[in-house]
Amino acid sequence: MKGVLIAVEGLDGSGKSTQIHLVKRWLELEGYKVFFTEWNSSVLVKSATRKGKKRLLLTPTTFSLIHCTDFADRYERQMLPLLRAGYIVLADRYVYTAFARDAVRGCDPQWVRNLYSYAAPADVTFFFDLPLEVALGRILGARPKLKYHEAGMDLNLSPEPIDSFRIFQGRICEEYKKIVQEYGLVVIDATQSIEKQQERVRRIIAERIDLAQYRWRIMR
Amino acid sequence: MSPRQFYGTPPPGADPALLGGKLVVIEGADGSGRSTQIAQLNNWLERNGHATVQVGLRRSTLVMAELDQAKKGNILGRTTMALFYATDFADQLDNIILPALRAGFVVLADRYIYTLMARAIVRGCDRPWLESLYGLAVIPDVVFYVKVSPQILAERNFQKNAALDYWESGMDIGLSADMFESFVKYQRLMEREFTRMGEQYGFQVLDGNRSVKVIAADLQKRVEAVL
Repeated sequence: MKGVLIAVEGLDGSGKSTQIHLVKRWLELEGYKVFFTEWNSSVLVKSATRKGKKRLLLTPTTFSLIHCTDFADRYERQMLPLLRAGYIVLADRYVYTAFARDAVRGCDPQWVRNLYSYAAPADVTFFFDLPLEVALGRILGARPKLKYHEAGMDLNLSPEPIDSFRIFQGRICEEYKKIVQEYGLVVIDATQSIEKQQERVRRIIAERIDLAQYRWRIMR
Repeated sequence: MSPRQFYGTPPPGADPALLGGKLVVIEGADGSGRSTQIAQLNNWLERNGHATVQVGLRRSTLVMAELDQAKKGNILGRTTMALFYATDFADQLDNIILPALRAGFVVLADRYIYTLMARAIVRGCDRPWLESLYGLAVIPDVVFYVKVSPQILAERNFQKNAALDYWESGMDIGLSADMFESFVKYQRLMEREFTRMGEQYGFQVLDGNRSVKVIAADLQKRVEAVL
């Protein structure tokens, strides 16, 4: 594969989307071929997922499978062809999000790993590490209306969405810790300033990837 | 009652020890007479006092509309398609098959994971990947495979619709630009895969080239043995 795949993972509120956006802007403005994709965004699958969530039709298994279908559609039609064509593909959440969330919902961890085995491992995955309480504070501080699945209400952890969200995020956090070890994700201290984090992320990318080969050959 | 077996790890909440009932699967291509046989079998079972429920492909409210929509375009990758069908299957497994078995029903499945696996394998999906994916499936009490030669299948499809189905002809995998030729080739590939799986999973093969009545009588006798 000629392309290169860079992913970001982390808890809700860890700032990973901000960081990957800045990576995208940097690479674009420097004249590299970049493609960005995010979790749960396949046009083909989205309406099924939305319907399933809205009408509470999802079981842990179908929740897992429908997100994997969404991922597969983006992978087969965009990520894989673009990687083959020599793009830098940036992914806001990758397979590790499924590994963490599906495990918390009770799916067999090995089954979930096999499910996503068609996807190439990312070349670099950054994990934005933020203490659970800080992440919770960032999300809950904004007094959000938490969505049912976002709060993990389907797990019957608590009848209160906010309490449920705390417990759910705590469990995801535990799963992430294991995954970071298992897959050797690059840990970024997400308590630092946006600029500091971005500086470190850019330095690691530049060190690990020979960026020159991803420049547009045709000048625009 | 001994706990029900699954091909791999049961889905969360399955409770294998609580699953009674019977799961009867009938596999076979479009035009093999599968649906006719299931209707007759259902009548016979209900006449004999068995509560039944039917499941099949593309019947889940969760993804049916989206899957149909996706099949109309030319934008469905093989992995995406396999996973779409797997979601549809898992939805019926969790919401219909397992609850019905728990309640002691006879579940009649108009095709099961085998058709889904065969289609994906013929399209180049990885076999161990599919076996792991469908490890969530409960092992049926019996699987019948209604086997009909590709020529007779084509004849019956023409009789029914005066046309061949794009996907059942495997037109998406480019076996031939000629639809009839593609259909025959595709059905041969499917048949080969079913024969292979028949050995692995222990299918009972029914000769589908016989009359509806003769097959129905044969099927009843075999299902009776399972009940």
